Amino acid sequence: MTDWCQERTAREARLERARVHADGKVVPAARVVDLLEAILQPGDRVCLEGDNQKQADCLARGLSACDPARVHDLHMVQSGIVLPEHLDIFEQGIAKRLDYSYSGPQGGRIAKMLYGGQIELGAVHTYLELFARYFIDLTPNVALIAGVSADRDGNLYTGPNTEDTPTVVEATAFKNGVVVAQVNAIVDRVPRVDIPGDRIDFVVEADKPFYVEPLFTRDPGAVTETQILMAMMAIKGIYAEYGIRRLNHGIGFGTAAIELLLPTYAERLGLKGKIATHWALNPHPSLIPAIESGWVSQIHCFGSEVGMDKYIRARPDVFFTGSDGSLRSNRAFCQTAGLYACDLFIGSTLQIDLSGHSSTVTTNRVAGFGGAPNMGSDPHGRRHPSDTWMKAGREAGGTGDPALRRGRKLVVQLVETFGDKLVPAFVERLDALELAKKLNLELAPVMVYADDVTHIVTEEGIANLLLCRTLDEREQAIRGVAGYTEVGRGRDHAEVERLRARGIIRRPEDLGIEPLDADRSLLAARSIKDLVHWSGGLYEPPAKFRNW
Amino acid sequence: MEKLSFRHTTQKALPGAKASAITGVVASGNLEVLLERNLAPDTCAFEIDTAVNGYAEVWAAVVADFVARRQPGGLTITINDGGARPDTVSLRLAQGARLMEMP
Repeated sequence: MTDWCQERTAREARLERARVHADGKVVPAARVVDLLEAILQPGDRVCLEGDNQKQADCLARGLSACDPARVHDLHMVQSGIVLPEHLDIFEQGIAKRLDYSYSGPQGGRIAKMLYGGQIELGAVHTYLELFARYFIDLTPNVALIAGVSADRDGNLYTGPNTEDTPTVVEATAFKNGVVVAQVNAIVDRVPRVDIPGDRIDFVVEADKPFYVEPLFTRDPGAVTETQILMAMMAIKGIYAEYGIRRLNHGIGFGTAAIELLLPTYAERLGLKGKIATHWALNPHPSLIPAIESGWVSQIHCFGSEVGMDKYIRARPDVFFTGSDGSLRSNRAFCQTAGLYACDLFIGSTLQIDLSGHSSTVTTNRVAGFGGAPNMGSDPHGRRHPSDTWMKAGREAGGTGDPALRRGRKLVVQLVETFGDKLVPAFVERLDALELAKKLNLELAPVMVYADDVTHIVTEEGIANLLLCRTLDEREQAIRGVAGYTEVGRGRDHAEVERLRARGIIRRPEDLGIEPLDADRSLLAARSIKDLVHWSGGLYEPPAKFRNW
Repeated sequence: MEKLSFRHTTQKALPGAKASAITGVVASGNLEVLLERNLAPDTCAFEIDTAVNGYAEVWAAVVADFVARRQPGGLTITINDGGARPDTVSLRLAQGARLMEMP
């Protein structure tokens, strides 16, 4: 007779072995290693919660202290490779295989370990894609997650950085997996229940509060005049032109400059209420002046940001907040919102090639994708119109009955032609291709594919790729905004002027932008301290951003 | 340190009557631009002092584009460069020309 309950029986056995280390569901931090060694089995698929920001660091240290003779060959399935321990466990033989999304701070080390064969790589995913696979073929056997507090029944309060937790728990708890949560404190009553207790098997009171990275704080003091010029072009040439109200911003200084120009430059252009009203966005401190000036209707967040808690609590009309008053973020929902309900994604990249493919991979760093390829793609499953989407669709043209033409999401690359140390952003061939060859990857790690990109904005101008009708036009449109890089200097000057006459390339002077406006005095806030003032003292920047 | 000189013929004089203007500062990644209206209306000259050697070709391209786009006839433009990127140079030149056009 078929046994249909093997997974459930196995789960019971794991729990049985682990219970001796717990008092009910509660496990002291000192017994984490015992707990993990009791639960884990060789070859398990494990999600060690490493989000964009929040890190289950106590459990990560515990896992890396496990005996590799007992715990080995784990298959890690987690969105962020952020902490040193996330990679230590591969060196120790505790983990073997990896499927992930983002490895920003560990990008250099992960590249070395991939070259060295210490990690068996499944794939680098977008967030939404990895989450999707949690429910199909990468369901975790064990999830090690992080929250702010829990009660003794396991009811979990994640705090403002809910991020990936509900998704990870959903996939693990409802498919016979074991869920262990580390919390900063065990309390009698949690401020709100983000994860119901019957989905949590064990709660570990961590030795110190979990680590959160302030990833989204851009000091206005570091915004350059070139970035201000590009922000003016984006606002006048794209936001105003297409009437973009629903959008997502990347995390670079270029988009921070746009946020800081809304209450000044965009206000002067009479755009208030007409653009940038509804957002899928982390709580960027640089958006505070726009929020305070009444520009923003609402924001749904992937995660939170260090120092923004009090401010968010005081602005529930703008942010999604719980019954306790604090932010409720959710990466899976916000990624979905960015994909289907936003008309524009704008972000930066490290390399763009002659067709418009872009990548943040360089030959010695594998930074992963995070959410950008998802935000920066045209969702073919979209069926609701908006003026912005329809206009972009008309510009893209195409063959066949115009009544059967779908709209287009605007995907804008905002790049300075030269990056740090005069490294050109425009290249003939992406480093990602070299990397794919070296690592024997079936699929080169491309951040945004050329057929999804609609505009490229540089300090030299805007290239509207929707209007290009041939590959040749497209290449010259890209060369025509590539500045003094080799790609830019390799342009066909006459063809670029023809593209300019057709509005495919637009220079600042074509847009009526005054170069003298490209001045830091145009920024609504010129320092972190200005942001604190704008917030009425509610924004509390982390120490590393304070210089007063 | 490298010194570069360029001389261009323009189709017209830069509008305005302002005799001189200065913009920017000499700092790392930045530059100072002095513009003086002291040449024939169809001539523009550049004297560049740059902290970074080996970029003469890029300077020539940046200067030629500026001349084509702004037609700065009549000006001597003196640049003290602290290693600015080409985009900063272009922006600063455009700003300098606008200052000279102001009443």
